[in-house]
Amino acid sequence: MEEEAKAKPRNPSGPRLCCVCNTRRAALKRPKTLDQICRECFYEVFEEEIHQVIVENQLFSPGERIAIGASGGKGEHGLLSINLYFCSVEDSTVLAYVLSTLNRRHHYGLDLFLLSVDEGITGYRDDSLETVKRNEIQYGLPLKVVSYKDLYGWTMDEIVKMIGLKNNCTFCGVFRRQALDRGAAMLKVDKVATGHNADDIAETVLLNILRGDIARLGRCTAITTGEDGPIPRCKPFKHLFSKCISRFCSGVHQGFGKNKVVSSLTIRNCGLQKPRAILDIIKSGEDFRISTSTKMPEQGTCERCGYISSQAIDRATKVIIPGWKWCKACVLLEGLNKGLPKMGIGRSRGLNNDRKDAKGNDNAAKSIESKQCGTLDF
Amino acid sequence: MQLTLEFGGGLELLCDSVKIHKVSVEPQNGAEMLTMKDLLTWVRTNLIKERPEMFMKGDTVRPGVLVLVNDCDWELSGQLNTTLEDKDVVVFISTLHGG
Repeated sequence: MEEEAKAKPRNPSGPRLCCVCNTRRAALKRPKTLDQICRECFYEVFEEEIHQVIVENQLFSPGERIAIGASGGKGEHGLLSINLYFCSVEDSTVLAYVLSTLNRRHHYGLDLFLLSVDEGITGYRDDSLETVKRNEIQYGLPLKVVSYKDLYGWTMDEIVKMIGLKNNCTFCGVFRRQALDRGAAMLKVDKVATGHNADDIAETVLLNILRGDIARLGRCTAITTGEDGPIPRCKPFKHLFSKCISRFCSGVHQGFGKNKVVSSLTIRNCGLQKPRAILDIIKSGEDFRISTSTKMPEQGTCERCGYISSQAIDRATKVIIPGWKWCKACVLLEGLNKGLPKMGIGRSRGLNNDRKDAKGNDNAAKSIESKQCGTLDF
Repeated sequence: MQLTLEFGGGLELLCDSVKIHKVSVEPQNGAEMLTMKDLLTWVRTNLIKERPEMFMKGDTVRPGVLVLVNDCDWELSGQLNTTLEDKDVVVFISTLHGG
């Protein structure tokens, strides 16, 4: 394929050359700079750019144990319970490759681990778990898979049987976020690195603006989050477009997982018309300054499992168990175990009560929330 | 003319989970050249078995689908106006996937 490609330049006026090396034929346009570069230079630029991000932001220190989250929750759930909260298997495959390469090349001195979550959805995760297992061998990184069945006693299939097709994403999202944290704790790592890219972060910024979630808006653009918690998370791909990562992946190895849930927001359209729009959205997300008098939701420790999560204490549970402050995962799990699966679904948290227009927003939220994850408009 | 079409990143699910298709496509309506525009129409009619909206939007591919003609981003060759030749390799990769 490669020889053919070289022999047949598409451009009638002769092949356009890579603007970095000026010798090979350009194979792609970088969305960020619109530079036309060849494959080889692209790989080099791509890896070096990540190295720069890691160095500039001091993401890692020598001797640290780092888990590469092969399906990383952003700690969000509820309103739009669709899979865009989780970076794709493909992105984390690239992350595993790049981190292990850079670790060797630039002597980071890191102990790397792969961490993956098995939700127990027949036919869905099998493929991507295969990919992760392949990565384990390919990159020689130890793999840890935590399953919902082991952690919670329920697979997603069993949960869906119990609660039906509506709202099951709430369970999956909440459990996955916590499963990743628990897996990281089992591996005794210092940090979790996830493969979230610029597109993902821009989506999160827009979602948090739409939800009026000031607390999350403030922290969703940070490259490292949860530094006050036990296991911080970082996003080395924060400045990279999903398109570049796909391109990198398609060249380096064909390790794609196939996934049936495909989700998108207008962000992809934005990205197509003006790639910089994605970076601009992130920039504006970063530049938001929240007035100091704004009431922020409390962050708490769950009284049941003691786990620190980004989830504020759920006030809805007070109705059911007075005085108890549980995290969302414990509330959902309790609901499942008691045969009351609707417990903990819906939005009745404190923040909404403070807003005058909360009612209107809530209705809008519910109409979106009640859609199944496959039916959102593409 | 003979073309090799590859679908990846989940798009293969739209055509019976077959990733690589060796196909023969002729220029439409007496035209001399086959363009990507013609090829997309052909693919939509002949290869895509379900949910064509996951592959195309209007007369082009859906945002988020990466198109490579002979391993080169079609943005560099003129997108829909790219002319194809015998034995060309066209790759479609979806950059959108779930967790």
